[in-house]
Amino acid sequence: MTQPQSDHSTPDSNKQALVAQFKAILPAEAVLHHEEDLKPFECDGLSAFRQVPLIAVLPDTIEQVQEIMRICHGANVPVVARGAGTGLSGGALPLAAGVLLSLSKFKHILDIDVANRRATVQPGVRNLAISEAVAEHGLYYAPDPSSQIACSIGGNVAENSGGLHCLKYGLTVHNIVQVEIVTVDGERLTIGSSGLDAPGYDLLALMTGSEGLLGVIVEVVVKLLPTPDLARVVLAAFDDVSAAGDAVAAIISTGIIPAGLEMLDNAAIRATEDFVRAGYPTDAAAILLCEVDGTTDEVEDDLAIVVDVMERGGANEVRVSRDEDERALFWAGRRAAFPAMGRISPDYYCMDGTIPRHALAEVLQGIYALSEHYGLRVANVFHAGDGNLHPLILYDANIEGEWERTEAFGGAICQLCLEHGGTITGEHGVGVEKIDQMCVQFPPDELTQFHAVKAAFDPPGLLNPGKAVPTLHRCAEFGAMHVHDGKLPFPHLERF
Amino acid sequence: MSDRGEQLQADVAAALAAEQPLRIAGSGSKAFLGEAGTGGKPLAMTVHSGIVNYQPSELIVTVRAGTRLAELQDTLAREGQMLGFEPPHFGASATIGGTIAAGLSGPARPYAGAARDFVLGCRLINGRAQVLRFGGEVMKNVAGYDLSRLMVGAWGTLGVLLDVSLKVLPLPRAQTTLVRPCSAAEAITLFNRWAGKPHPISATWWEDGHAYVRLAGAQPAIAAARAALGGDPLEDDADFWAGVREQRRAFFAGDAPLWRLALAPATPPLALAGARAIDWGGAQRWLRSEADAHAIRAAVAAVGGHASVYRGQATPRFHPLPAGLLTLHRRLKQSLDPAGLFNRGRLYPDL
Repeated sequence: MTQPQSDHSTPDSNKQALVAQFKAILPAEAVLHHEEDLKPFECDGLSAFRQVPLIAVLPDTIEQVQEIMRICHGANVPVVARGAGTGLSGGALPLAAGVLLSLSKFKHILDIDVANRRATVQPGVRNLAISEAVAEHGLYYAPDPSSQIACSIGGNVAENSGGLHCLKYGLTVHNIVQVEIVTVDGERLTIGSSGLDAPGYDLLALMTGSEGLLGVIVEVVVKLLPTPDLARVVLAAFDDVSAAGDAVAAIISTGIIPAGLEMLDNAAIRATEDFVRAGYPTDAAAILLCEVDGTTDEVEDDLAIVVDVMERGGANEVRVSRDEDERALFWAGRRAAFPAMGRISPDYYCMDGTIPRHALAEVLQGIYALSEHYGLRVANVFHAGDGNLHPLILYDANIEGEWERTEAFGGAICQLCLEHGGTITGEHGVGVEKIDQMCVQFPPDELTQFHAVKAAFDPPGLLNPGKAVPTLHRCAEFGAMHVHDGKLPFPHLERF
Repeated sequence: MSDRGEQLQADVAAALAAEQPLRIAGSGSKAFLGEAGTGGKPLAMTVHSGIVNYQPSELIVTVRAGTRLAELQDTLAREGQMLGFEPPHFGASATIGGTIAAGLSGPARPYAGAARDFVLGCRLINGRAQVLRFGGEVMKNVAGYDLSRLMVGAWGTLGVLLDVSLKVLPLPRAQTTLVRPCSAAEAITLFNRWAGKPHPISATWWEDGHAYVRLAGAQPAIAAARAALGGDPLEDDADFWAGVREQRRAFFAGDAPLWRLALAPATPPLALAGARAIDWGGAQRWLRSEADAHAIRAAVAAVGGHASVYRGQATPRFHPLPAGLLTLHRRLKQSLDPAGLFNRGRLYPDL
């Protein structure tokens, strides 16, 4: 796809004027405007898209963020906020004529309230750092995206990040109680309250996952949960992907909500096994990792049920973690799956769609068929319990045309998810990556409504423009290319 | 059991053309809550009813807004499932649409989540008479703004809910309630100390010198928690919690104004005159007080909370919004309902 361009343009003289205005409120080293200083901000975790911003600013107080927004609002210059830059959908991709607002200096945990089980943190605090800071109180912050050692909480709120344990403990939206935002014109607002809800509309839900288009998140109050007494993992190997998919639905049907329920297919198993030696059976078509947690007796009871369901579902090998070391080992393979792909392929492209659980087997078979069609390898490692797929397409960016084929393959996977009643993104966000697929998921009236909501928060359209919600014009162009006469792309492909 | 979506859309289109405000009408069970609103032509929702899709192994149900809450819950119970947020009915014919629009959650709320936490998607008619679909029938979905959850607690001011997709939960395998005598301050301390440990707590309540805690989950987990928490078992505990949820307990009787205070759960008891009960582990407190509305709201706001009046004369009914947020509310309302058709004045007098 083509990179979104902002309508804004900023001549050099204006750039110098902006730099001067920023330097009046920020230390000189917090205003970057030379090409070499801006380079580190040119992309986020989706490195296929790159753009150096006009200027990058690195404030460290909320008042400075407010001033920056007032300056940009006054000059009609767009602003892209950035946390740790680990996002996988290009949500923090800068604009050539825009200011990149880095929140990386907001890295302090401001308060840990043990009695109320909450922590007040700045947006640049790393996800895992919260759990580490509160561990001594027997508490933790539940959402754990696989980037949790690096990703920041502000970005988690902007994307509504999930993780391995959201089947039982929810997404970011379920685990925050309040945020402070700075609006497009520099006003500071408190969204949420110290209670479990807030008067008026649920703006906290609306802000969560809004990809930086509605406001800049400058403080977050997160909910902390008590650490379970015990957690154990069942590792079950299947010689058939469909049987593994069916076992997922069977486990949910027992009434147990596992703390995590993940699947790896053969390609993912072999790549991770070569990398971390977690002891996964490399001849299996798929493995399921099912974690149950709770009190000691409860875990024993649930384990017996899960093992039984796996065996009756056709698992030819079932192992239960004996201790914390083995549990960590079982998860190590899963957590290392993405870097493991980096070892077997020059590049990989991580997709993110959600489907109803009952369609898992069918959609996986469809992805394998597409893999053959495009001549690109694919590995699947994903949140099976949530129906949240992460097909990893393996490609080599140095081979002419391979990225374009990869993108087309990715688009076809999105299409497949939609055909099965799913969505084009479960937890990574739309950003620039899925902007065209939004035209497939949503009709024009819905997109128009999204733009109206955006305008309610950001009348001049300066916050992260061009991301998350496509213009109808863009959709018209995309539709002309891809969905001609209402026919799906690749009509000759068998659809399962 | 029928789909009246097209008719409802036509009704909204006609109202839009005639500039005729509408009052979205379910069963009327929550008419006593919130502002009275400025009226409008009733838009009857109870005819638009029925379960559209229910697949127990997906933990998801999609249901038309006019469906009776009791009917939905019966259907779920037959499959060993439930609505995790334990919504109050406030009347036998309460609808799921009204439940979501009011955004009410029952005793399980702090432990299982609120109504908004279980909403996965919806179809609605906006103020341009367009039928729009947001979210979906999957557990995780971040495509587009989360307008489904925005509808929860919006009191119908942003659109007409046609159907809603909800995550459902398995019924707990076992349940028991323990009671012990203690003061309000002790109850708050206990509830929050317990909540900091992985006990299978599913509800807490304090009233008239007694603290109640409900345990739900696997039998061995309950047995372990019983030993750890202490207290005496309560007979007929299902009735007890229904009484809490539906405000049928003696505490709720009589004419004294009833206030709902929403606070950080561990907040010590506030120095406000009147009888009190403690819900949601301390995060929701009930107050029967003739005290001045401004005084109550000031005391609650001072600790970061908010206060709404359930019964009594105070206005506005819901805690007033700061100017910046009120402006945003008006603009949001405008973006979804530009002609101001729906439930005018039902959430705030000037919205």
